[in-house]
Amino acid sequence: MSKLAPATITRWVVSGPPTLFMLLFFLAPSLIMVLASFRYPGAFGGLAPVFGGGRPGEDTGLTLENYQFFFSDLLYTEIFLKSLLIALISTLACILMAYPLALLIARSPKRHRDLMVLLVILPFASNFLIRVYALMILLGPQQALASTINGVLAAFGCAPVSLLFSTFAVVVGMVYVHLPFMVLPLYTNLEKHDPTLLDAAQDLGASAWSRFWRVTFPLSLPGIFSGSALVFIPVLGMFAIPDLLGGTRDILIGNLIKDQFLGTRDWPFGSMLSIMLTVVVLALAGLAARLGQRKRDGGN
Amino acid sequence: MRRSAVLWSVSLAVYAFLYLPLVVVVVYSFNDSRLNAEWVGFTLHWYRVLFSDDEMLGAGANSLLIAFVSATFATLLGTMAGIAMHRFRLRALPLLVITPVAMPEILLGVSLLIFFVQVLNFTLGLFSVLIAHITFCVGFVAIVVRARLAGMDESIFEAARDLGATPWQTFRRVTFPLILPGVIAGALMAFTLSIDDFVITFFTAGVGVHTLPLQIYSMIKIAVTPEVNAVSTLLMTLTLGLIILASRFAPDALKGAA
Repeated sequence: MSKLAPATITRWVVSGPPTLFMLLFFLAPSLIMVLASFRYPGAFGGLAPVFGGGRPGEDTGLTLENYQFFFSDLLYTEIFLKSLLIALISTLACILMAYPLALLIARSPKRHRDLMVLLVILPFASNFLIRVYALMILLGPQQALASTINGVLAAFGCAPVSLLFSTFAVVVGMVYVHLPFMVLPLYTNLEKHDPTLLDAAQDLGASAWSRFWRVTFPLSLPGIFSGSALVFIPVLGMFAIPDLLGGTRDILIGNLIKDQFLGTRDWPFGSMLSIMLTVVVLALAGLAARLGQRKRDGGN
Repeated sequence: MRRSAVLWSVSLAVYAFLYLPLVVVVVYSFNDSRLNAEWVGFTLHWYRVLFSDDEMLGAGANSLLIAFVSATFATLLGTMAGIAMHRFRLRALPLLVITPVAMPEILLGVSLLIFFVQVLNFTLGLFSVLIAHITFCVGFVAIVVRARLAGMDESIFEAARDLGATPWQTFRRVTFPLILPGVIAGALMAFTLSIDDFVITFFTAGVGVHTLPLQIYSMIKIAVTPEVNAVSTLLMTLTLGLIILASRFAPDALKGAA
C-alpha cells in the first residue's frame, strides 16, 4: 500500500458519496425496520410510540410475537390475500386495456408513434392525488355515469349502487393510475417485433387470429411480465387509493401498515407487516425476472 | 381491416379513459358552482379563493423549496452513481440505488419514519422530508445518466486518455458535456417526483411541514371542493411544462424511467 492507483482514487471519489448516502438512508433504515419487527411495542429506542401497553419484559430482547400474531389471526392473511387479488385484477385489467393500445402504436407509421406514446405519458403530468380526485368526481353519485347505471338498475327494479367508495372504484383507481406503466414496456417490446415473421405466418396460411396467438403474443410475453411487475408491485403497497376511493371494508396491506404507524401506533407490528410485504414483493420480483429472462429481448 | 378498426376503437376508448377525468377536473375549476355536479357558468372565483388561501400557498412554497433542494442533491449523487455504475464493476451500488425505485413507496416511507424518530431522534419536518426525497430520487437520476452513458462510444474516452488528459480533464471536457442532457433530464425528473410525492412525504413530514400533495390529500379526504380543481389545474400546467422541458433535453429519459 505504498501508493493508491489514480483509478482506485477516482473509483472511490465517484462511487463513495452515493454509496454512503444510500447505506445511511436506505440500507440502515431497512435493517432497523427488520430489527423493529422483532421488538415489543413501546420499547424501541426509548421514544415509546405506544402509550400504556405495559408488557412484561419491555425494553429488552427480541420477540417473534409480532409474526406469531400475524399468523394467529386469519384477518391479516385475508387482507394480504385480498391485496394480492386486487393487484392481480388490476394488472389483468391493465393488460387488457394496454395491449390493444400498445399494438396499435407499434403498428402505426413511425412518425405518429412518439406522439401516441406521449399522449399515454401525459396524464402523468398531473399529481397522483389529482388523478384519484378526478375519479372521485367522475364516479360521484351526481355524475352521468352513476345516474345512467342506476337508471338502468331502477328500470329492472334493482336498488341503486354507489360507484364511489367501493372495491370497484379501488380497482378503477389502481388501473387508472398505473396504466401507462403497462403500455410503455408492452409498446417497447411490440415495436421490436420483426414484421416479416407475420408475413411468413400468413404465407404459411395462418389466420389473423392464430398469427396473433402463435406469433405476436408469445413474443410479447417479456413485455407483459415487465409491465405486470411495474403495475402489480406498486398496487400491492398502495394505501391512498383504497383510502380515498374505497369503502370502509376496502382495507389493503398499505392501509394496514399506515394504521400501525399513524393510527394505532404499534410500530413493531407495522414493521413486521412491512417486512411481510417486502418478502412478497421480492418473491414476485424474482418470479418476474425469471419469467422475463426466458425470452431475453424484454421491453425495459 | 376489421381488426384494425377494433384496435382503433379500443385504443380511443383507453385514451378517453386517460383524459376524461382530468378534463372534468379542469372544466369544473372554472365552474360557478360549489358542487362538481353540473356546469352552471364560467367563473375565476375558485382561483381567487385559491390565491387567498394562505395554508395552500404556504404548502406550495414548501413543495417548491423541497423539490428544488432535493433535486439538486439527488442530481449530484445520482450523477455520481450513474457514472460509477457505468464505469466500474460495482455490486452494492446498483442494488442500493435501484432498489428504492422498485419497491412500494410505503416501505421507504415507514422505514425512514422509524429511523428518523427512533434512531436519529429527529423532529420530523423539513429536514427529514428533504433526506427522504433525495433518497428516492437518486435512483431515477442514476438510471437516466447511466442510460445516457450506455449509448456512448467508449473510444471517445480512450481517445481523451491517449491524448494525455487526466481523469478529471476527461470528465470535465468530454464526459460531462456529453452526459449533460441526461443530467438535466434527471434533475427535472427528480424535481417532478419530489413536488408530486405524497406517500413518502406523508410518513416523514410529521406535523412539522405541509406540502401541496399533503394539503390536497387532507382536503379531498374531507370534502370535494372546486378549489382543489383550481390547484389541480395549476399543478397540471406546471408539471406539463416540466415534462415538455425534460423531453426536449433527453427524449429517451422519460421512457427509460418508466
